[in-house]
Amino acid sequence: MEIIFFYLVALVAVVSGFLVIRCQSPVNSALGLVNTFFCLAIFYVMLHAPFMAAIQIMVYAGAIMVLIIFVIMLLNLGEAERKRYTHGIVWSSIASLLVLFNVIFFIKRGRVTGAEGDITTFMVESFGHTELIGKAIFTEFLLPFEIASILLLVAIVGAVVLAKKEV
Amino acid sequence: MISVYHYMTVSAILFAMGTYGVLTRRNAIVIFMCIELMLNSVNLTFIALSSHLQSMDGQVFVMFVMVVAAAEAAVGLALMISFYRNRESIDVDDMNLLKL
Repeated sequence: MEIIFFYLVALVAVVSGFLVIRCQSPVNSALGLVNTFFCLAIFYVMLHAPFMAAIQIMVYAGAIMVLIIFVIMLLNLGEAERKRYTHGIVWSSIASLLVLFNVIFFIKRGRVTGAEGDITTFMVESFGHTELIGKAIFTEFLLPFEIASILLLVAIVGAVVLAKKEV
Repeated sequence: MISVYHYMTVSAILFAMGTYGVLTRRNAIVIFMCIELMLNSVNLTFIALSSHLQSMDGQVFVMFVMVVAAAEAAVGLALMISFYRNRESIDVDDMNLLKL
């Protein structure tokens, strides 16, 4: 039963991804991308990571997509943009198929190994996923967390400076 | 039963599609969206492996990827607005100042 649901969600995700790369209008591409984000959020719930699913919907499908659609509407791209909207299809197809075959080859032939941690599914369900992530961020990954905050500050200042009329 | 290989296969397909989109499209905003698609497929791999190996590190990495994607969205879209103001277009074929 679960595997049928998985294949259904995977099909929707791949079809929406195809819409992102093939639709002529950028707004249709953006809607396909939102659909893909929701499918990935469903995958995260199936992988016992509900906090990541919530963050995926709030940050990606909410904030980033609203920003992208806002810019599409602001620039108001006309009909002239739609005549030729792709270039270099043959070489790009070859490159992306090589990437796909390479990765599928490694997935089929390799075996997933690694040092197993102690966060079992039972532990996630009894403690709560958010608590475990918070503990990991504020103890083990404290320095990267602070660096990420500085990165966000730099991005805010940079966006304001770039979008201003006269610097 | 769903294994980690199923999730990695879906992620590989999404990543290859994102690569194709980045290489073929001419609209800079659509290229940007294809980059977001590739970042998300990598996020799916991180979370699948983190759940498979019963460790929290992969999910913390996904959080940092999201932080970098948000910063990239802010700066990249500001760059596109600034470029559109100069050239009246966001076609990547018009960004040819470095061409001989």
